[in-house]
Amino acid sequence: MNAALFEFLCRMGDNTLVLGHRVSEWCGHAPVLEEDIALANTALDLIGQTQMWLGLAGEVEGQGRSADDLAYLRDAWDFRCLLLVEQPNGDFGQTIMRQFLFDALHELQLNELRASKDDRIAGIAEKSAKEVAYHLERSSETVIALGDGTEESHRRMQAALDVLWPYAGEAFLDDESDRALAETGIAVLPSTLGAAYGARVREVMAEATLQLPEGTFAHSGGRTGARHSEHLGHMLAQMQWLQRAYPGAVW
Amino acid sequence: MVVTRPSVTDVWAWLEDVPDPEIPVISVVELGIVRDVEWDDDTLNVTVTPTYSGCPATRVISIDIETALRDRGVQSVRLKTQIAPPWTTDWISEAGRRKLKDYGIAPPQEAGGPEACPRCGATTLSRISQFGSTPCKALWRCDTCLEPFDYFKCI
Repeated sequence: MNAALFEFLCRMGDNTLVLGHRVSEWCGHAPVLEEDIALANTALDLIGQTQMWLGLAGEVEGQGRSADDLAYLRDAWDFRCLLLVEQPNGDFGQTIMRQFLFDALHELQLNELRASKDDRIAGIAEKSAKEVAYHLERSSETVIALGDGTEESHRRMQAALDVLWPYAGEAFLDDESDRALAETGIAVLPSTLGAAYGARVREVMAEATLQLPEGTFAHSGGRTGARHSEHLGHMLAQMQWLQRAYPGAVW
Repeated sequence: MVVTRPSVTDVWAWLEDVPDPEIPVISVVELGIVRDVEWDDDTLNVTVTPTYSGCPATRVISIDIETALRDRGVQSVRLKTQIAPPWTTDWISEAGRRKLKDYGIAPPQEAGGPEACPRCGATTLSRISQFGSTPCKALWRCDTCLEPFDYFKCI
């Protein structure tokens, strides 16, 4: 049970860590000041949530690893994030599309996890859900504004959706550890969220005048760690180099 | 040696003087993030709850609380972080809300947006961004006096 719980907590924490880092790459580069601030705030929330998830992961594992150890001293194959969140930022439209596709999932997950039989998980979910409600509100509004915007912004948002949509399906594939936690009421079975997710995404895309790509092919291998995309390794090299070069360095 | 332990009431009063590092007109008690103060033998336990999970001010707040209590002669302080139940803007005291407004920050409202411009009191307002200069604030503008202002987001 502990192994399944550790796996689950890494999946939650690695999603927020990797997306938080990706979003923070925008700091000082966004198209307008307000968006720069919004991106930085979102990144900050996600990194804060990472500290809670990976902190608990380290506790559950019981080998004395802290949230920092897990974040900075694991290599790509030990990461359990979705392929979606490790994809590069692309242009602003692609960043916002990735954010929406993740926020819509994140909100559903957290709302279910608030009822977890594990109080620690319910507590983190309750706290995070409040922040994520704001993330989802912003990313939905921005996807709609840009999708249903100018010819150029529409074209870019459609291109972003075409690239990213095949990475969304991975989130709803169950495995043994998911089933173990679902049976005990600790976590929700990913496949049960698929329908609500699809409905939410279709609703926003319709308003944004964007077409969901046909076909159900989904890239997978991120949340199991079996096959990350090449982008994760490059990102980790940048994120982890200081702790790798100067082990134990502190502020 | 007898160690004198100040009363919990005194400690609460001292914490009333510890300002929030980002919004110094309001204290950590008025902000509603101090959950509990209790003695455990000769150690004073102070339980604090973060506003936003990634708020960089959280760590500074812990240092400020510890420093304030040490300055008052409390030798052993243990700061505990508690995330459940999560902090809500409902815990900001009435005095705190008033001070925010006087400082130019519109206090949080159930409706999800500011009630009135903190400068001129007009009620025709536009949202510029749901994210502002700190995680807890959004950016709004008054359509009457045209001044932009911070709004303390409801969570």
